[in-house]
Amino acid sequence: MFLYILPTGSVAASVVRKSRSVYIVKFANPNKGRKIDMADDVLFEFLHMEIVSHIYKDQASVGGMDKDRATCVSTLEGMGFRVGQGLIERFTKDSPSFKDDLDVMKFICKDFWINVFRKQIDNLRTNHQGTYVLQDNKFSLLTQISSGKQYLEDAPKYLAYSCGLVRGALSNLGMDCVVTADVSVMPSCKFQVVIQKI
Amino acid sequence: MSRQSNRTTDSKKMNSELFTLTYGALVTQLCKDYENDEEVNKQLDKMGYNIGVRLIEDFLARSSVGRCQDFRETADVIAKVAFKMYLGITPSVTNWSPAGDEFSLILESNPLVDFVELPDNHNSLVYSNLLCGVLRGALEMVQMAVDVKFAQDSLRGDNVTEIRMKFIKRIEENLPAGDE
Repeated sequence: MFLYILPTGSVAASVVRKSRSVYIVKFANPNKGRKIDMADDVLFEFLHMEIVSHIYKDQASVGGMDKDRATCVSTLEGMGFRVGQGLIERFTKDSPSFKDDLDVMKFICKDFWINVFRKQIDNLRTNHQGTYVLQDNKFSLLTQISSGKQYLEDAPKYLAYSCGLVRGALSNLGMDCVVTADVSVMPSCKFQVVIQKI
Repeated sequence: MSRQSNRTTDSKKMNSELFTLTYGALVTQLCKDYENDEEVNKQLDKMGYNIGVRLIEDFLARSSVGRCQDFRETADVIAKVAFKMYLGITPSVTNWSPAGDEFSLILESNPLVDFVELPDNHNSLVYSNLLCGVLRGALEMVQMAVDVKFAQDSLRGDNVTEIRMKFIKRIEENLPAGDE
């Protein structure tokens, strides 16, 4: 039995069993036939967009405080952190423990990214001294935004939550780190993870 | 290799947990930002409205449901198609008012409240109020003004979650300025 990775990078398959015990893997075309599945990815994307918009709109009005951009980013990142911690607990409760940091990062790039962003990380680089760069060429939270240069400045707003997700996930796997993200060409972005050695 | 199929059903579950956990983080943040529950409810409704006005397009694109002839048909589409599509549950439509302009959606389970318990000092918080906003916003985009509120909430001790929807009026298409 084999599993194809669709060119769009999304993995969606169900197994249909034929009477002679020949397994055929049927693919859910992301563009149709999804009616019976829970359209969570869309819900999450809409919710995320609205959360970002709300946090930034709220800048001037909450308790008279002058919330600047850095506070908004750290609020979003903090939310992502808590969610990342929760998610990774649920996700790895049955898996064996990881061999080393690189193993953890590979897990994040493959399984974690597929589950959260419906595709794998396209490129992982490391200096083998605690810094990792994860490159996603078509980041799902940026694809909705037009890919010209005009929104490049606003793009980091949409990455803060995801940075928190990664930081939270790694934190619960025993790796304290700092996660930052950088966009140069939409919709591709790079997440930089720097492990903090105590 | 059969683990692969487990992985994909797990991924559906994981995604729903991502949404549920994100929603929980949002409500927590709102409770921190605003002093009282009423304000949080209002914000959730507003955010839901903003989501609803966009979600309706996604819904119509995915479901190819035609125009509903009356409010009863609208209720059925909401319960059997929309809720099923987005939240994976099918609420039942009951308690129609005699005039046919009000009904209830009874949700046996509410995916938003997985893992959630309300602490004692938030008695008037309507945790899932985002849903009310979403329904209101989505229906407004198809020319229906409705009032949506929670009549029962399983988080607050009721057996089921009940959403009451009331049709207010049909929204006329806006005429271009100059035709007034």
